[in-house]
Amino acid sequence: MTTFFAPTVDWAYLAPLVVVLGAGVVGVLVEAFVPASARRATQLALALVALVAAIVLVGTLWTDVTDQGYVDVLGGALRLTVTTLGIQAVVLVLALVAVLVVADRSADGLDAFAPTAAAVPGSPYEELARRKGLVQTEVFPLTMFAVGGMMIFGATIDLLTMFVALEVLSLPLYVLTASARRRRLLSQEAALKYFLLGAFASALFLFGTALLYGATGSVNLEAIAEALAQGGAGGPTAGMTGMVVVAVLLLLAGVLFKVGAVPFHVWTPDVYQGAPTPVTGFMAACTKAAAFGALVQVALYVGTGLQAGAPDTFRALEVALCVVAVASMVVGTVVALPQTDIKRVLGYSAIAHTGFVLVAVLGLLGRPTPEAGVDALGAVVFYVLAYGLATIGAFAVVTLVRESDGARDGVVLGEATQIRQWSGLGRRSPWLAGLFALFLLSMAGIPLTAGFIAKFGAFRAGVDGGFAWLAVVGVLASAVAVFFYVRIVVIMFFADAPADDDAAPRPDGDALVPDVPVRAVRPRAPVLVALVLCALGVIGLGVFPAPVLNLLG
Amino acid sequence: MIDLPWLTTLVVVPFVGALVVWGLGATRARTRVRGVALAFSLVEVVVLVAAITQFDTSRAQEFQLAETASWIPSIGASWALGVDGVSLLLVALAVGLVPLVIGAAWKENLTPDGGLGRTGTYLVLVLLLEAFMVTVFAARDVFLFYVVFEAMLIPVYFMIGGFGQGARRRYAAVKFLMFSLAGGLVMLAAVIALYLQGPGGDQGFLTDNLTGLALDETTGRLLFCGFFLAFAIKAPLFPVHSWLPDAAQSAPAGTSALLVGVLDKVGTFGMLTLCLPLFPEASRWAAPVVLVLAVVSILYGAIMAIGQSDIMRLVAFTSVSHFGFIVLGIFAFTSLSVTGSSLYMLNHGISTGALFLLAGFLVARHPRRSQRIADYGGMQKVAPVLAGTFLVAGLSALSLPGLSTFVSEIMVFLGTFARHEPLALVATLGVVLAALYVLLTYQKVFTGAVPEGLETLPDLGHRERWVVAPLVAGLLVLGLYPAPALDVLRDPAQQTLTAVGVEDVAVDLPAAGPDETTSDDTTATHDGSDQ
Repeated sequence: MTTFFAPTVDWAYLAPLVVVLGAGVVGVLVEAFVPASARRATQLALALVALVAAIVLVGTLWTDVTDQGYVDVLGGALRLTVTTLGIQAVVLVLALVAVLVVADRSADGLDAFAPTAAAVPGSPYEELARRKGLVQTEVFPLTMFAVGGMMIFGATIDLLTMFVALEVLSLPLYVLTASARRRRLLSQEAALKYFLLGAFASALFLFGTALLYGATGSVNLEAIAEALAQGGAGGPTAGMTGMVVVAVLLLLAGVLFKVGAVPFHVWTPDVYQGAPTPVTGFMAACTKAAAFGALVQVALYVGTGLQAGAPDTFRALEVALCVVAVASMVVGTVVALPQTDIKRVLGYSAIAHTGFVLVAVLGLLGRPTPEAGVDALGAVVFYVLAYGLATIGAFAVVTLVRESDGARDGVVLGEATQIRQWSGLGRRSPWLAGLFALFLLSMAGIPLTAGFIAKFGAFRAGVDGGFAWLAVVGVLASAVAVFFYVRIVVIMFFADAPADDDAAPRPDGDALVPDVPVRAVRPRAPVLVALVLCALGVIGLGVFPAPVLNLLG
Repeated sequence: MIDLPWLTTLVVVPFVGALVVWGLGATRARTRVRGVALAFSLVEVVVLVAAITQFDTSRAQEFQLAETASWIPSIGASWALGVDGVSLLLVALAVGLVPLVIGAAWKENLTPDGGLGRTGTYLVLVLLLEAFMVTVFAARDVFLFYVVFEAMLIPVYFMIGGFGQGARRRYAAVKFLMFSLAGGLVMLAAVIALYLQGPGGDQGFLTDNLTGLALDETTGRLLFCGFFLAFAIKAPLFPVHSWLPDAAQSAPAGTSALLVGVLDKVGTFGMLTLCLPLFPEASRWAAPVVLVLAVVSILYGAIMAIGQSDIMRLVAFTSVSHFGFIVLGIFAFTSLSVTGSSLYMLNHGISTGALFLLAGFLVARHPRRSQRIADYGGMQKVAPVLAGTFLVAGLSALSLPGLSTFVSEIMVFLGTFARHEPLALVATLGVVLAALYVLLTYQKVFTGAVPEGLETLPDLGHRERWVVAPLVAGLLVLGLYPAPALDVLRDPAQQTLTAVGVEDVAVDLPAAGPDETTSDDTTATHDGSDQ
């Protein structure tokens, strides 16, 4: 492995990032200078072109990075390895699909975002705002900023850069979460929760960084690992074992919050439910990818250092992560069982998936050397890709299943997110329900879908790292998880459709949810493309995953 | 020898058929889906016959028609197919049953005005399932086997839940899926751990690379349990059998025929071809418990069958009993019993397939599609052909000499008796009980007074006779002249025993034959071995 120190900024390695963040900046200018009528199209084109260009640029860097082993830009502010580059590629690909969903207007010619904060959904004022062109196209630059932050977050070994990236990715997400056009109170409440807890997590992360700096004299993970490896007796961290433990736990807490692991998960279901659904898809898929990139970096370097210098502390760290992994798998699956809202089910399932990926991360920690953990790193990257595709696809379907006023081509209202409202969808819209079932089966880890290969890789990494018992917990949790995924499939396909003219409330009906007719909107261009991409990805990666797995080493 | 990837072709043909039928469903030609699906399944039979001619029966213990291609090298998985005598016969069973199931479903799922309704979807699922079934029996790679083992559940799940009858079909479909997946996921953990014990590398999952590993005792036993649980649920063995009666009760008859006749054989097939060779020490260690469970299954299934009021549940419970015999034979570890079990898998597929399809025809004739045995009576007078064929299939299920199941059952008994006398004696009770449930059922349904409203029910039509005829012929041929089948089964059985590392117990066959038919059969057996 050759070491490469860039004397100056090597822009080639920053190019994908520059393109994405640049598109964000240009997007803000577009808001100011492009006439309202052309603004949306411009923004969408800009975002898509930037994302595609960034994917291509990442592709051109690939052989370079694999040949060199790793590439540092600006002293580790960006460390490109196969894994971090893989995380960047996954974030970009998922963001591309997610932007297509964000841009969708199939349902009622409007997007999912509030035109102005004061407009009541469906009110004359809102109609006026729409005609005046008061659409909220800021979502596109905000998304680009978030993507830029994610690309750094998962690919840096400098804790301060990591913190800045964390903020860069989080702040746009808080705004996006608050901007739902319908069920606005729920959306704003979710954003507030997300913001407060997120700020708290950021503070923990920063505090952990400060303590680690105090103990080791650096914010660079590689330098920290070296200092930790010299051990407690006589080394730089002599007499500070307690501080190191606290620092590492705080650091992990900050990152585990972002991946949505128990006990830092409480925001997940609320935010998933409250955020505009396209944003939920984007956030669930891309944030998780980036955050696991960061978690892997922290775990890898801190773990290697502690393993060499302070085996006891390393044990403690392993135990802590095991507890988090088991709790995530168990809480995620068990609490998802009684949920009645589809977005909340997907939220809790996200927590369970976090637990599954943590099995792979722990498998990484269990290896004798970091080099032995290449397959574990690849497993993490593949998992977030597979999960992300299924998640974006599933949320895209959720945006299309709407309540309506009952007329055949009548007014389409908000999303029908109660699971029982999906009853009989398989008969009325077999394609849409079939796609949703496919995404659910992938999340459940049924073979011949991407989810199975992902789960297989994660559990194999865990078993190989000496955590066979965690893999057993994982397969049992998967079995329970299958139940709630399949429950939705049963409701969609095997339940008889409620008669459309049957307005009488059912005796077992939830009093808060009036019985409104539900219809699946016909998907049009952007969301249709996104759905097809997700479906092809889920099946393609399930049947022929070899090319992607080879790329990841 | 024609150089064609026969087994891959056998997988591809039904898969392409499924795609074509699926595509047709969206076009104007959708009225032809039934014909097209049947044509594909018959082409598959032709390909199978051609493949069988390429199979060298004198080397039946070797995996032939083998092909290996790289699939997912980074996780060690290959597209590796190959068949020995046992897998070849099971592939043949699957391929042979599918056209009959398609024929049986010809008039199912029609809309009230005679339209095709969702028939197309059902046929797509059947053909997809056929592709999976061929793959699972021919897989020579543990990863490939596992993938198909699990993926098969999805079409069956939709066939039960989407096309079944009765209010409990959703419950039954979910129960089937949850039981199977619970076992399957535990097996996944064992599959991963097994790979890590093996040589690893690009082809680390090939069965050949995983056979004969020096596993330490605890690891081997744990892995055995992981595999065995999945297979026991699939088989199904007492006490994890309870999904089967529900599934069979709610599924369409054709689905039940495939599910019990072929799919469940994956369980016993897996025990025979994966559990025993991969974990020989653990297999010997677990054998006593498994044997007891098998005998319990035999008796429990038979007793429960006698008490059933639903005809489909009844057939399901008889299968629990028969699977007990198969498992008993496999774990008795004598070449006779293992060969008998292998043959039993084939015979049971034919006789149970016939019973389910015939029961389906019977139920379809009832004005209310009742599955309650008490709602029928005297059907022999109304539908003599139906009654006759049902009786033949039933007699085969109770092992009447001259019908196929008898040969395999007597082999299992004799083989088991040589090693475990008490168990074999207790298991014999299963035969008595079998006579009870078959003959009582026949008596209730086909004799006596015809209930009101059923006097004018039609007998089996041409289509239905064509569906049943091959099955009845199979029962008779394999009952009177089982030598060709035994020829290809004996060597694999011997090989399995060598792999497990147990001494075979010789059985003095001619002396053991209780009547003339048996001696005929066993003579045939000896002829085969002399060749």
